[in-house]
Amino acid sequence: MINAGDTAWMIVATALVLLMTLPGLALFYGGLVRSRNVLSVFMQCMSLAALMSVLWLLAGYSIAFGGDGPYWGGLGKALLAGVDATSVSGTIPEVLFFAFQMTFAIITPALIVGAYVERIGYGFVLLFSSLWMLLCYAPVAHWIWGGGWLAELDVKDFAGGIVVHETAGLAALVLALMLGPRREQKPPHNPGYVMLGAGLLWVGWFGFNGGSQLAADGGAAMALTVTHISAAAASLTWAAWERIKLGKASLVGLVTGTIAGLASITPASGYVSPGEALLIGAIAGVLCQWAVRAIKEQLKIDDTLDVFAVHGVGGIFGTIMIGVLGHGSLSAQATALLAVGVFTIVVTWVLAKLCALLTPLRVSTEDEVEGLDYAAHGERAYDLNS
Amino acid sequence: MKLVTAIIKPFKLDDVREALSEMGVQGMTVTEVKGFGRQKGHTELYRGAEYVVDFLPKVKIEVAIDGTQLEGVVDAITKAANTGKVGDGKIFVSPLEEVVRIRTGESGPDAV
Repeated sequence: MINAGDTAWMIVATALVLLMTLPGLALFYGGLVRSRNVLSVFMQCMSLAALMSVLWLLAGYSIAFGGDGPYWGGLGKALLAGVDATSVSGTIPEVLFFAFQMTFAIITPALIVGAYVERIGYGFVLLFSSLWMLLCYAPVAHWIWGGGWLAELDVKDFAGGIVVHETAGLAALVLALMLGPRREQKPPHNPGYVMLGAGLLWVGWFGFNGGSQLAADGGAAMALTVTHISAAAASLTWAAWERIKLGKASLVGLVTGTIAGLASITPASGYVSPGEALLIGAIAGVLCQWAVRAIKEQLKIDDTLDVFAVHGVGGIFGTIMIGVLGHGSLSAQATALLAVGVFTIVVTWVLAKLCALLTPLRVSTEDEVEGLDYAAHGERAYDLNS
Repeated sequence: MKLVTAIIKPFKLDDVREALSEMGVQGMTVTEVKGFGRQKGHTELYRGAEYVVDFLPKVKIEVAIDGTQLEGVVDAITKAANTGKVGDGKIFVSPLEEVVRIRTGESGPDAV
């Protein structure tokens, strides 16, 4: 039976999650790169949004939510076969559930963009992301949200600490390792864009977590509230820790803390109290900041925009906290993290190797120095004399 | 006639402009420039990663003056742009062969 209130909220939530990628994530990442690469980042985010939408319709949705098998949902709902405007999923139209989940399938591969900016081949981005969404993201979504084997173990992942952030974070790390570091590492060209993007992500996350309740009720309201509290706490602790360790609280730091707090609360947002969200956020602002430096300085992996340190570490941390705070089984949470982690690393590595045979993983030195905006797309962001 | 070129700290521009106006300098050209001297560059931190910025933003002022004003102009800039800290900048003085006011065609000291 379709509920009008639930349906109305889920339509809004779907739009909010799309806003996270377009233009939230595009701006967040675009501001962090050099001025000669900002359009390539916008291009990658926008292209992935379009491409993942088509693939979600063709097969992604069916693989994730098309059936009850333990490992994948099959192809029974490819092209939304058998689904029309009267089909129901819970208390909302199934096509709305499809659209809501589609926005998750868009942002997850788009999160990985941060790992490979400034040096990746555009063709590789499209080919790899397509296969990765269908063969890594969609199966994992099925395991946990689509009634698969991890759902049977009662694994708790409310809005995607494992499904979205752990998978994207680990894929980012693997790709960064395979790709190698940028030739030249320059500071963010426009921290103002970074702030605008983070602001849109913060607001959009209300739809991401609040919408994951799939209903307009107290659970959605609580998810939205704890999400906000965690983001606020992590923003403050990131900036405060930066002030203590490095001498100044920076804008880029504070808004990176915002995202760390949001990623960390994501899996737990349907279970924890506002007080517990305050704790999760407060820890995330310091933990993820430590992870950024550990990966760049100790592991020497150029996960350029810190996708793993912020999203991966945040998502994994929040997933564990569900168990630690007694809202789920710690062993089930750990099993899911481990299984999804190994699966993601293996699938990402195999797909990347395969795709690199078909289209170059990395652009030429000349193109990298020229900047991807002009080299790959024939455009420039800032012509100051025009 | 002399051309005085001064490189100063950007926040001192208003003070220098005021000091020069007070002593009768009729015009100047201002450019935002980048460079380094003994101050060298500086470092910026983003998410804890350190980036070295080799060139610092400065302001370049160019003033064309009559030779008799030179001492006063150099003195005024030196006083107005001084903070006592490294990176205050430099003043370059060079001979100026000719000045022409485009509107009237006047040339020489009358045109400065």
